[in-house]
Amino acid sequence: MVRERRVNRVLSVVFTILSLAWVYPMFMIFVNSFKQENAINTTSVFELLNAGNFDGIANYVNALTRQGFAFAFGYSLLITVTSVVLILVCCSMCAWYVVRVNDRFCKALYYLFVFSMVVPFQMLMFTLSTLADNLGLNTPYNICFIYLGFGAGLAVFMFAGFVKTIPTEIEEAAMIDGCNPVQTFFHVVLPIMKPTYISVGILETMWVWNDYLLPYLVLDSTKYRTIPILIQYFRGGYGHVELGPMMACIMMVIIPIVVVYLLCQKYIIDGVVAGAVKG
Amino acid sequence: MGKVLRRWWPLFVLPCALSFTFGFIIPFVQGAYLSFCEFKVINKAKFVGLSNYVAAFQDEQFVHAFWLTALFALVVTVLVNVIALAIALALTRSRLGGTNVFRTVFFMPNLIGGIVLGYIWNILINAVLSVAGQQLLALNTTAGFWGLVILTLWQQVGYMMIIYIAGLQSIPSDYLEAAKVDGATAWQTLWKVKIPNLMPTITICLFLTITNGFKLFDQNLALTGGDPNHMSELLALNIYNTFYSRVGAKWMGIGQAKAVIFCVLVIAIALVQLKITKSKEVQQ
Repeated sequence: MVRERRVNRVLSVVFTILSLAWVYPMFMIFVNSFKQENAINTTSVFELLNAGNFDGIANYVNALTRQGFAFAFGYSLLITVTSVVLILVCCSMCAWYVVRVNDRFCKALYYLFVFSMVVPFQMLMFTLSTLADNLGLNTPYNICFIYLGFGAGLAVFMFAGFVKTIPTEIEEAAMIDGCNPVQTFFHVVLPIMKPTYISVGILETMWVWNDYLLPYLVLDSTKYRTIPILIQYFRGGYGHVELGPMMACIMMVIIPIVVVYLLCQKYIIDGVVAGAVKG
Repeated sequence: MGKVLRRWWPLFVLPCALSFTFGFIIPFVQGAYLSFCEFKVINKAKFVGLSNYVAAFQDEQFVHAFWLTALFALVVTVLVNVIALAIALALTRSRLGGTNVFRTVFFMPNLIGGIVLGYIWNILINAVLSVAGQQLLALNTTAGFWGLVILTLWQQVGYMMIIYIAGLQSIPSDYLEAAKVDGATAWQTLWKVKIPNLMPTITICLFLTITNGFKLFDQNLALTGGDPNHMSELLALNIYNTFYSRVGAKWMGIGQAKAVIFCVLVIAIALVQLKITKSKEVQQ
């Protein structure tokens, strides 16, 4: 017993140090995002704030006004919300149909969905972005159809996995009571699947929000920049990299993520576990 | 019920199937075909047989990226899983305070996108290198590789830790109590009870880390961009650069051939995983 308590005390100390090391990179960006541009160079990033290098919120103002951060945030939010809602609605309906009808066509479609989960994006990178251009799916308003197509695999797979565990008697009872399939789906199946909606929603949100290459190749990046594209542009430009505004942007990306994470931690962690175990 | 439902297919399946056809099936088939062609735009492709594949394997940058990716995936898979399992074992100990806080902190980097992560570590690693009087990332191959490893550890250890914790918590407590009653040491309990019961979880985590290692792109692009001179370039970035930064019409086809090779490789890994998982299910 005494030995166990001593081990726990050592572990607590080790983990406290490790946790501090874990958050240090974010803390470093936070500190530097308040410094004057000429006070930031490769060696001074370890310095804390002082009267000599403090610049107030100038970098944040710069990022919001000159670098177009507000637009990027808006586009990222728009793309993420439309894509995830579309994926949740269409894929859950499709998964229910595929499992319940289960004819030759459905089986083929299901295996294609599963196959698509494995294929890396580089395989379709060029052809998909050309196709999106030709179909006019290259604005933040309709890129969600591309996300529905490319993100359907995981969503249908996870929804179908859950539908298989629902006894058909419940749905049959609803049908006998006079529900048509649409009513049955929205009044009976959808409420039962709520945990899966949360898991799939979280996984797809994490993917779409952080995705860089697909929007970069599909969208006209002189007009529309999502957050990852904006941050990539900081270095892509010629000459000096404006580190201050870039770090302000990074902070403004991280803070909402951390807040959402701390609020819905349980759901996020459950969603990730469900996705990993089934994927 | 299937019969009634079948009539409703335009509502239930069509949106998904249509998007999937345009968002996956057509680009996939086109991509596979174009890997045998020379082209600049898709509708003016000239069939050239296997020459793109030959050229891909003769491209030194591609071969280098291939071995670098294999090495990277191996190093990352071992380190991520050992560290994540160790942390998970420690955090599931009884009577250790603050486990929830540690869990929250370790998982957090996983939610931040690869591009952002890449730049955070680009700034941090360059700072460390300049204090240590070494060459910066843009000129330093070794630092580029290990920087990418550290970044990946920072991102993925928390994720795998969460999965390991879930696996450890699903081991029936009777087993652990029985081991205790029989007088097993902590070390024996780990190897004889915990690890054998964790095998399905370990399989999942190993394959997740291998696949993530092979597919890594954003972090690679943001941390080093392949510098110096493509020496820190992994496969996914090499394919991207073949398409978009190499001059000359032939590189499009070669890029697509590389993408097919890459795709086959990732599918092969997934098939091995499927086989292992299936064979385990039979044994149990």
